[in-house]
Amino acid sequence: MAPETLLAKFYVLILAAFLGYQIISRIPSLLHTPLMSATNAISGISLVGSLITAGAHLSMVSAILGFCAVTCSTINVVSGFILTDRMLKMFKRRVEPPSKKEK
Amino acid sequence: MDPRSIFIELSYVVASVLFILGLRGLTHPETARRGMHLAEFGMLLAIVGTLVSREIVSYEWIIAGLLLGSLIGVPMGFWVPMTAMPQRTALSHAFGAFAAALVGISEYYLHGAALGVIKIPALSFEVLLGALTTTGSLVAFSKLQGFLPGAPVIYKGQNIFNLSLLAITVLCCVLLQFFPGIAALFYLMLLLAFVFGVLLVLPIGAADMPVVIALLNSYAGLASAATGIVIGNNVLIIAGMLDGGSGFILSIVMCRAMNRSITNVLFGAFGSVGETTTAATGQMHATNIEEVAVQLAYARQAVFVPGYGMATAQAQHVLRQLGDELEERGVAVKYAIHPVAGRMPGHMNVLLAEANVPYSQLNELEIINPEFPSTDVAVVIGANDVVNPDARDNPKSIIAGMPILEVDKAKTVVVLKRGQGKGFSGLVNPLFFKTNCGMLYGDAKETLTNLVQAVHNA
Repeated sequence: MAPETLLAKFYVLILAAFLGYQIISRIPSLLHTPLMSATNAISGISLVGSLITAGAHLSMVSAILGFCAVTCSTINVVSGFILTDRMLKMFKRRVEPPSKKEK
Repeated sequence: MDPRSIFIELSYVVASVLFILGLRGLTHPETARRGMHLAEFGMLLAIVGTLVSREIVSYEWIIAGLLLGSLIGVPMGFWVPMTAMPQRTALSHAFGAFAAALVGISEYYLHGAALGVIKIPALSFEVLLGALTTTGSLVAFSKLQGFLPGAPVIYKGQNIFNLSLLAITVLCCVLLQFFPGIAALFYLMLLLAFVFGVLLVLPIGAADMPVVIALLNSYAGLASAATGIVIGNNVLIIAGMLDGGSGFILSIVMCRAMNRSITNVLFGAFGSVGETTTAATGQMHATNIEEVAVQLAYARQAVFVPGYGMATAQAQHVLRQLGDELEERGVAVKYAIHPVAGRMPGHMNVLLAEANVPYSQLNELEIINPEFPSTDVAVVIGANDVVNPDARDNPKSIIAGMPILEVDKAKTVVVLKRGQGKGFSGLVNPLFFKTNCGMLYGDAKETLTNLVQAVHNA
């Protein structure tokens, strides 16, 4: 990798960190648990790296390491998104006045 | 650039934008779900983009991994109970960090010193953080799940031992920069990082888990971002930094909510010291269901303060019933949520949302504290340190300066507690001795169920 490419990557890294800080500090503590499971699912994007490791077939060892990595990342992506949605579904505005509730 | 790589890069750009929009949606409960659907779509896009990559020549391991991962992930997503969210989060940090470490190991195994002076630092960082986060998260998971005791595991000279181990690990990492060809250095660093992860989390007590989980979240994200640098993938860098940044912000929020520094949480072994700091003693006044029911039924405003005890007793649903019952009688019902109540950031909010409490009733500390003086009854359900007035009044207390929910200012306080014992931190809570405070001993769920009945008949 040429130093310029590294510099470009570094650029992306810093900007992403800055942007992340701006957005995430505005998320209310009400949603901090879903936030955690959401960022977890999103960072499962490391799946992209794992896929290449598993599929490049440069050696058996790296294929197996890649396979394990794909499995781990997939678990995070799949369960992370499902759980986040399950949680977010539960956060409801007050729909009906409580006096009209059954019982 | 051939069309294929243009497609791949485009899919990554779009995925990055969708991830950012997805997180932005989380700034409000109304937009959160839509945002997450965008992020899901982004993920799909990035995966499809990667699968057409020229670097991938065979698919058998990929398909096997995707299948196995989904096979484990889908049931986990649908069936993990909300009370188990802290454990599940810790476990997923372990998976994420382990994946990053594995990719790093594979890169080193394949290319070794040929990675060059630019990639080696990023790679070492990735493997180091990945490995220690993996084992650290597994220990956190075991503590939260109850496989390991929740109390801090401490021994003499622990901090010195841990720090020297860390120093040796970092030394290996530094040496590796100068001698990237010596594979032994790399694998030694890997091994030591795995060990250090265990030792790092062992001395941390269960009540400090919100900080630890947030911190490990941050490490897992940073490890992913470093992977992105090593394999030259922008979307990985962006998503990793978003994850790392989020974990970092959450750890700061959590630390602030306990008035402690991150170093103090990591190396302070909370709960093992300071039994002698409080002098407050006195008589706790036991109260009974009927009395509390009357107090609640004729209150103008009641505030519920849930803590980890509510989660262990699974009492959130019956608490909501009690709230409904009171509202029908015209009592204003609110819930006060301390940022570190429970075992992970936002834990109580999710449990109460699960029990159908509308989020407008969930109040943060700053909002609810001014309301306690005009509150008739404050009910504390399985919370202790977050309502300990010593944090405010006694500068010698080890939790001095920690922001608390000032329930002691309410006209009447009712504390639901399993027994007369001390809370997790081992601190005496002077709140329990105040004259306006009544104790209701017993399992929170049972007590609340009886209260619902009694209020109904009151």
